[in-house]
Order: sequence, then structure tokens, then C-alpha cells
Amino acid sequence: MFVVTGNRLLDGIVVYLAAAHHWVEDLQGARLYDTSDEAQTVLGEQSDMIVSLDVIPVSKQDNGHVVADRLRERIRSDGPTIQPFDAIPLERQFSTAAD
Amino acid sequence: MYRYDEFDAAFVNQRVAQFRSQVERRVSGELTEDEFKPLRLMNGLYLQLHAYMLRVAIPYGSLDSRQLHRLADVATKYDRGYAHFTTRQNVQYNWPSLSDTPDILQDLAEVDMHAIQTSGNCIRNVTTDHFAGAAHDEVADPRVYAEIIRQWSSLHPEFSFLPRKFKIAINGAKQDRAAIRVHDIGLQLVQLTDGGVGFDVYVGGGQGRTPMIAKLVAEGVAEQDILSYLEAVLRVYNLYGRRDNKYKARIKILVHETGLEQLKADIEAEYAHVKSTFLDIPKEEIERIDAYFAMPKLRDASAGVAKLAETRARDAGFSQWVSQNTHGHKVSDHVSVTVSLKPVGGVPGDATAEQMHLVADLASQYGYDEVRVSHAQNLVLPHVAKEDLYAIYQALVTVDLAEANVGLVTDIIACPGLDYCALANARSIPVAQDISERLGAIERQKQIGDLKLNISGCINACGHHHVGHIGILGVDRKGEELYQITLGGSSDENTSIGAILGRGFPAAELTDAIEAVIDTYIGLRLSDDERFIDAYRRVGPKPFKEALYPSDQKAA
Ligand code: HEM
Ligand code: SF4
Repeated sequence: MFVVTGNRLLDGIVVYLAAAHHWVEDLQGARLYDTSDEAQTVLGEQSDMIVSLDVIPVSKQDNGHVVADRLRERIRSDGPTIQPFDAIPLERQFSTAAD
Repeated sequence: MYRYDEFDAAFVNQRVAQFRSQVERRVSGELTEDEFKPLRLMNGLYLQLHAYMLRVAIPYGSLDSRQLHRLADVATKYDRGYAHFTTRQNVQYNWPSLSDTPDILQDLAEVDMHAIQTSGNCIRNVTTDHFAGAAHDEVADPRVYAEIIRQWSSLHPEFSFLPRKFKIAINGAKQDRAAIRVHDIGLQLVQLTDGGVGFDVYVGGGQGRTPMIAKLVAEGVAEQDILSYLEAVLRVYNLYGRRDNKYKARIKILVHETGLEQLKADIEAEYAHVKSTFLDIPKEEIERIDAYFAMPKLRDASAGVAKLAETRARDAGFSQWVSQNTHGHKVSDHVSVTVSLKPVGGVPGDATAEQMHLVADLASQYGYDEVRVSHAQNLVLPHVAKEDLYAIYQALVTVDLAEANVGLVTDIIACPGLDYCALANARSIPVAQDISERLGAIERQKQIGDLKLNISGCINACGHHHVGHIGILGVDRKGEELYQITLGGSSDENTSIGAILGRGFPAAELTDAIEAVIDTYIGLRLSDDERFIDAYRRVGPKPFKEALYPSDQKAA
């Protein structure tokens, strides 16, 4: 299975295509495509406010959880695997309004 | 410390205003992403794995406390409260938003800082020895020439679109602490027979996928001629450097393909031409810049030196820190202090805003207002009176920056790797943390002695793995992280490129493998004083191969 991903122009944060022109930060909300070709066809229709568009392979686990196949994409969806500083709250709020 | 003149300040402010308008036009849709991307890169703004990344130039690694405070403020105000100091003596923010970036650049411009030429195929930030101007073994202060080169190379119209990025490093001491032989051009300051200073010029070094050691192309180029000489080298490169293949575009490939003799002849011919048209650097200009870098008026602190010995006798941790983290100064009652950004188990090169503020405070209170960033990703207070060391140490302890490990196995250089970098194959930081935790006990580190362990998350080699005594390179094997070990690299005056020892290790086995390499070294060294690199050069890779790949040895 495949999802469409990109980064929001304004804050650079990773997002996934959920429905036509609707992007979410959580991979679990992404729309799943059966084939890469199918996902590729919607790339051209997207707003210029999402950049660095890509189609990536994902798999659905038994519990229904969607996980990216490649480690790079798992890190992109979940954030750095290290806590830079335990003391620092990493939740500085980025605007969550998706385009 | 160099201070912007009106021209510099006006120029940087103008660039900020331009970028602000470019961002506005991008957001309004007037500019497409394809049009905008090169503009943002020219201002140091990359798009990485999770977010944008802003790379801010720290010219030749020199900061004053005002600037370091401001870097910390930017981290708090616009980012997630920390920043990453890099092997190129720059600083990177991992989470800025595009919409905030014009404001960030404005805040930086107020303290004479910017992100120009931190990306792209231009002459990048000139790097140098982090002890410049302070070290006891120095021929001349390399920052003076680094600044002259900065002014010459900034927006040099002819050299803004070179075949590839271009990195220049200058070293002023006898010991090479600037890794000049792995730069496109490395300059070594030398004393000339007429009493003046000049440069030995090395060309064509580099790391990345084709690591090469720079070749000596000219000896003793006089200081007033150095810009003419650099202009000649850059022109030859700009003319003949390959533009057909990104991987063959660095000047090292030109040196390799053209051959040293021919290239020297090309440079000499161009130099003769440049010399007739290009102005020598006037003596007054060198003196004017030199004045900015004058040694601060150090106070007489000789009376406090004896007290230091007493304090060291009382506090073993402090004493260890003094032995490991200080470096000889031109003036005997002073030292240079390295503030390690490598707490055991921490992220190499990262610093929180709190830590940056504290180091800035220490610089203004005790360090004549100077801070340096080292290519080993640490901070340096270049001028500190010995009697102030204890106060500094105690302050550093409160923010977890008093690790006494400079030059030891946990003083690891590591690039951001797959936790942040869009080009990475494998993670670097967790690997560094794991090794650091395993070998972090101070007795163990002292037992191992001087050792440079460098880690890169891909072949671009931003983490200098080729020149680590032990290098680790992350590769991707069918979607799995795998780590190759290289041994025998070095970036000092005896520069060498490490050799791959054998097949790679998965992350879970890597720390064991590194420990096996180290224990093999301890087992075969001639004395406790024989450093890892010297022992390796004496015995070669064989004993290490036997330790890591025992079954291969039997089969063979
Ligand atoms: C945005 C993240 C980064 C990107 C996209 C990037 C990209 C690259 C690339 C493509 C090369 C290979 C150049 C070549 O061989 O022609 C390279 C080399 C290098 N980079 Fe980075 N890098 C990044 C971060 C860093 C960081 C964080 C540091 C410092 C820790 C750094 C320091 C270096 C150094 C020292 C080299 C090798 C020297 C050379 O240019 O030959 N880079 N980088
Ligand atoms: S070496 Fe590779 S992984 Fe590391 S920062 Fe450079 S480009 Fe990224």
C-alpha cells in the first residue's frame, strides 16, 4: 500500500494526504492507495502549499496500525528516535491547520 | 573580534529584506516552489526530514557573548530550545518555520550574523583553528586571513556558481587543528625567510564519496599575494572543473584527473595574469584587519597559578577536566578552555539555550568576551586566566557541560544522520550515544587515551568518518542500517584516509565491535603512551581484522 506525503510550506512539518486537498500530520489518518501509480496520479493536483511531495510504501499491521516500510519514513512520521534533551519540551506548537 | 562596518551591516539588512519579500511572494503564490527553493538555499534554509533546517554561518568559528546569547535566544524564540554545532564551525537549527525565518535572520543581522553562503556552489564559511590567536604554538593568527578571504569571497560574482561547493581552511599553528588537508584549499601559515609570513597552499583535499588528501601546490606565498593566488586557483577550477557530473565536480577530481604538474602550471599561468591585474592586499589593510583580532589585554594572573595546583589536589574531577579540556596559551598564566558538547550519552554538538547562555556569560565574565566553535563540535573559551578555571568548571557542572573528555573516545564527532538528515542512510546519533555510554567511565576513557571516533550517516562524510582514527559509516543494506568501520584516518599534519576493515555491522552489534577494536589496540600497544593511531600505523589492520572477523581468518 502507498500514501502521499509532503511537507507543509509554511512550517515544513511532515504531512500526509487524507482526502482530496486535505492533509494531516498523523500517518494514521492518511488515505491508502493500492498501487504507487494510483498515488502518483494525485500528486499533480495538489496545492503548491505542500512541498517535497512523495509517494511512499506503507503496510498495515494486524492491529490496523499503518507503518511506513522504510526506516527513513518511519522516522519522518514519528520524529527523531533520540530525545535531544530530556529536559526540553519538544511540543512547541506548530499550527496544525492543514491546507 | 571583527565588527561589521556600515557597508556590511547595510548589505546584510538588505538581504534580510529581500528574503522577506521572497517568502511573501512564495506564500502568495507569485513564486513557485521551483523558483523559490534556490532563493531559500542561498539564505541557508534547507528542507530536511521533519522540517526546515537553518544553517547559520559562524565565520571561522568566532563568536562574542552577545552573539552566542542571540543564538540561544533564536533557539528559544523560534525553535525547540536547542541548536546543533557542526564540523564546519556553523550552527544549525532543526525546526524553524519558513514564516519565521525572515525574523530569525533579522535577529541575527542585529548581531552581525547571517546565513549567506552556507549552501550552494560557492565559497563556504572559511574554517580555522579554534585556538587561533591564543595557542602557544602559533606562527600567526589565521583569523586575520580568514576574514580577508571572507570579504573577498562574499558574493564574489565570478565564484558564486562554481562547479560545486568550495571549502577553504586555514591553520596558523604547527599542529594542524583545522584539517586543512581535507579541504578544497588548505592554507598553512608559515614564517618566511625574510621575516614576513606566508602560506603553503594545499589543493584538492576533500571527504565525501571520494576522499582525497590535498596536494601541496605552492610554498611560501606571501601574505599580500594570497588573494591573487586564491583567485588564480578558483579561476582554474571554475574553468576546468567538471560540471557534467555532480560526483566529479569537486576540485579534488580536477587535481586527480589533470595531474599535479599540469594543474600547477595552469595555476601559475593564471597567477601571473592575475598578479598583473589584481591588487595586492595593501599592508595597511592587513594591519587594519589585524587590529580587530588583537589579543585582548590579559590581566596579570600569575599570583593565582599556585592556587590552581591546590584546588586540583583537592578535587580530582576538576583536575581531570583541567588536564583534558585546557590547552596551552601564549601567556603562561592563561589557558584556552574547551567546553565539551559531548556529555556521555548526549547528542554530539547539541546545546540547549540554557547552556549557550551560560557559556556566553562565562565568556563575558572570565573569557574576554570570546567564544569559538571547534570543528570537533565543541565550544572554546580561548583566553582564560588559570585562577578562574575552578569557577568556570563549577558553573559548567550545573548545566552538564563539564565532561572531561576532550580528545578522548567519547569526544565523538557525529553528523545528524537519519534522525534529521534527508540524505542519510543510517542514524549516527544513537550510535554515538551507545558507544559513549559503553566507554564513558572516566577510568576507561583514560585507559584508552587519545582517540578520534567519527561517525557519518552516509558517504557524504559530514561527520568526518574518513579521518577518524576509528570511523563509522552508516550504509543502507536492503532497508536495514548497517555500519562500516574504517581505521587509521587522521586529519592533522599527518593526514590519512581510514581504510574499511571489512563487512559492516548491524547497529545492535556495532558497539561490541568498536569495543573489540579498542581492546585489541590496548592488547598490542607498546606502552600506555602509544596512541591508537600510532599503534595502528605500526601494526596495520590485520590484528583488528582477526578480532572482528575470526571465522574469515580460519577459512583463509
Ligand atoms: C542539511 C544537512 C546536510 C546536507 C544536505 C549535507 C550535504 C552534504 C553533501 C552532499 C556533502 C558531500 C559533498 C561532496 O562530496 O561534494 C557534504 C559534505 C560535508 N558536509 Fe554536509 N550536509 C549536511 C549537514 C552537514 C553537517 C551538520 C555538517 C557538520 C556536522 C556538515 C559538514 C560537512 C563536511 C565536513 C563535509 C565533507 C567535506 C567535503 O565537503 O568534502 N554537513 N555534505
Ligand atoms: S553525512 Fe550524510 S547523513 Fe550525515 S549529515 Fe551529511 S548528508 Fe546527512
